[in-house]
Amino acid sequence: MTLTTQRGQVGASAAARPSAGGRRRSPTRVHPALWLFPLPALALYAVFFAGPTLQAFQYSVTDWDGFSAAYQNVGLKNFTTIATSDDLFRGALTNNLEFLLVVVIAQTLLSLVLALLLQRNSRSSTTLRALFFLPAILSSVSVAFVWKFMYDPNFGLINQALGAVGLDGLKSSFLGDDTKAIYWVAIAQVWAHAGQLMVIYIAGLQQIPEELYESASLDGASQWQRFRYVTWPMVAPTTAIVVAYTTIQSFKAFDLILGLGGNPPKGSLDILSTRIYTTFTNSKFGYAAAESVVFMVIIALVSWLQRRAVRLTQHGV
Amino acid sequence: MAGSLSRRVVLGVYALLIIVPLLVVLTGSFKTSKELFDSPMGLPSSLSPKNYSAVLTDASMATAFVNSAVVTVTAVVLTLAVGSLAAYGLARIPGWKGALVYGFLVLGMAVPAQSNMIPQYVLFQSLGLLDSRIGLVLIEIVATLPVAVFIMTGFMRTLPKELFEAGSIDGAGPWRTYRSIALPVSMPSLAATAIFLFVIQWNDLLYPLLFIHDPAKVTLPLALLNFQGEFLTNYPLLFTGVIVASTPLVVTYVFLQRYFVAGMTAGSVKG
Repeated sequence: MTLTTQRGQVGASAAARPSAGGRRRSPTRVHPALWLFPLPALALYAVFFAGPTLQAFQYSVTDWDGFSAAYQNVGLKNFTTIATSDDLFRGALTNNLEFLLVVVIAQTLLSLVLALLLQRNSRSSTTLRALFFLPAILSSVSVAFVWKFMYDPNFGLINQALGAVGLDGLKSSFLGDDTKAIYWVAIAQVWAHAGQLMVIYIAGLQQIPEELYESASLDGASQWQRFRYVTWPMVAPTTAIVVAYTTIQSFKAFDLILGLGGNPPKGSLDILSTRIYTTFTNSKFGYAAAESVVFMVIIALVSWLQRRAVRLTQHGV
Repeated sequence: MAGSLSRRVVLGVYALLIIVPLLVVLTGSFKTSKELFDSPMGLPSSLSPKNYSAVLTDASMATAFVNSAVVTVTAVVLTLAVGSLAAYGLARIPGWKGALVYGFLVLGMAVPAQSNMIPQYVLFQSLGLLDSRIGLVLIEIVATLPVAVFIMTGFMRTLPKELFEAGSIDGAGPWRTYRSIALPVSMPSLAATAIFLFVIQWNDLLYPLLFIHDPAKVTLPLALLNFQGEFLTNYPLLFTGVIVASTPLVVTYVFLQRYFVAGMTAGSVKG
C-alpha cells in the first residue's frame, strides 16, 4: 500500500520531465485564465529566488563587506584567490569530497542491502522499514547531538561499550582526531538517511518482474548470479537516483556539521556550505558570493559527471 | 532471502543500531549528568521532569516551540496553496510555453541554498524582514516552492484530461475546476507534499540562523544549536531539547507514516 502510492509518484514525476512536445494537444483551446494560476508562484520565485541567484554573480566580482555604501569592482580577483591561495576553501573542498565519497558508497550499499532483505511485504518487513526510516525525519541538529554523545571521548557510548568488553585499544577520540573526524560525521549522516534511500530501493526492486528471477532459476543461476545478472542491472535506474540524491545531500550537510563541529566548525570538519556561511558571517559578502558561485558550479559538475558515468555503465557493460 | 539466519542477524544488528542511540537519548532526558555517564544504557532512577522544566522555561525552548509551530504551519499552508495553483495551471497549459515556465520554476531545485542566501539576506534586510516571523515564513515558502511545484505538477499531469474537460463542458471555469475537481482528487498527493514540507521547514536551520538574532523569535533547530554553546556537555539537557524538538514529527510519523514515505520519496527523486 505504502509503496504503491509512492511508486505511482516516482513514475509520474519521471514521466513528467521530458519535453512537452510529444504531448497531445488538447482539442479545446487553452483557457487564457489558466495563465493566472502560476502567477503567484512565478512572482515570488522571480523576486526572492531567481533574482538573488543572479545577484550572487554580480556580488561575486566585488569586495563588498555587506555594510558600506561603496564597494569596488575587483573583476575575477575573488575567483583567482579561491583557486590559488585560499587554504580554508581548499580544506573545505577536500573534506567535502571525502565526506561525499564515503557517504555515497556506504549509504548506497547499506540501503541496497537493507532493501534486498526487506523487499517482500510482510508484517515484520513493514515494521522494520518504518523503524529504519525514522531517523530521516529528525532534524540534523538532533542527529548531531545524538552522535555527539556516541562519540564523546570520555563519557560517550562507543568508548564506554568498548571499555566494557575489554577492547580499550580500539577507543578513539573520534571527532577530536583531525585526520578522521570527517569520516565519523559521514557515519552519522548514513545512520540518518540510509533508511530513506532503502525505501526508494524497495520501490525499484518491487518493479522487477518475477518472471526474470524464475527463468534465471530455471537456467540454474546461483543466488549471486541472479543478483549480478538480474537484480543489479534492473535496479540500475534506481541506483542512479539514489547516488544523485545522496550526492546533493552530502553537499547540503550544513546542519549536521554545525551541530557536531561547532559554529563556526573547526577546520577538520569544515565543508563548502559551512565555509561560505562562515565567510559571510565575517562580513566578506563579495568573497562569500564568489565562493557560492564556485559551489554551484562544483555541484553542477559533479552531477553532470555522475550522469555521464551512469550512461556509460548502462551502455558499456 | 540470503539465508534466513544471516538475514535475521543483519536486520537485528541494524535495528539495534537505530534503537539504542534513540533510547539512550529518551532515557537520558530523565537523568542527571552523573547518572547518564555512570550508566548510559540503564533506566533512569526516576521520571523526574526536571530537565524538561529547565529546558522549557530557563532555556526558552517553549518560545522556540511556539515560533516553530506558527512559522511552519503558515509556511506549509501557503506553499501548498501557491504551489498547487501553479501545478494545476502548468499541468493544463500544453506546449512549450507551459513547459518553459515549469522548467524555470523547477530549475531552482538545482540551486543550493548557500548560493543565493547572501543576496536574499541583503534583500530581506532592505525590506525590514530580518528578525521577523513573516520574513521567515516568506523565505521558507520561496526555498521549497521549486520542489513543491515539481511534486504536485508531476501528480496533476497524471490526472486524465477528461476530468478537466468534463468540467469545461459543464461551463465551469478553470477556477471552479481547480477547486471542485483538481484539489479534491489531488488530496493524497497534497497530503504527502504537506508532510514533506513539514519535515523540511520544521527542521530547517539555515534561514533562522541567517535571519533571526532576536532570542524571542528563534525556532527549535536554532534554539538547539545555541544550546550547544550554553550547555556544552550537559547531555541530559541537550537530549531533552532533542526530544522536545522531535516529538511533533515523531508523533505525526506514527500516525501518518505512509505520507512521510511517499512525500519524502517524491521529494528525493528530484535529483
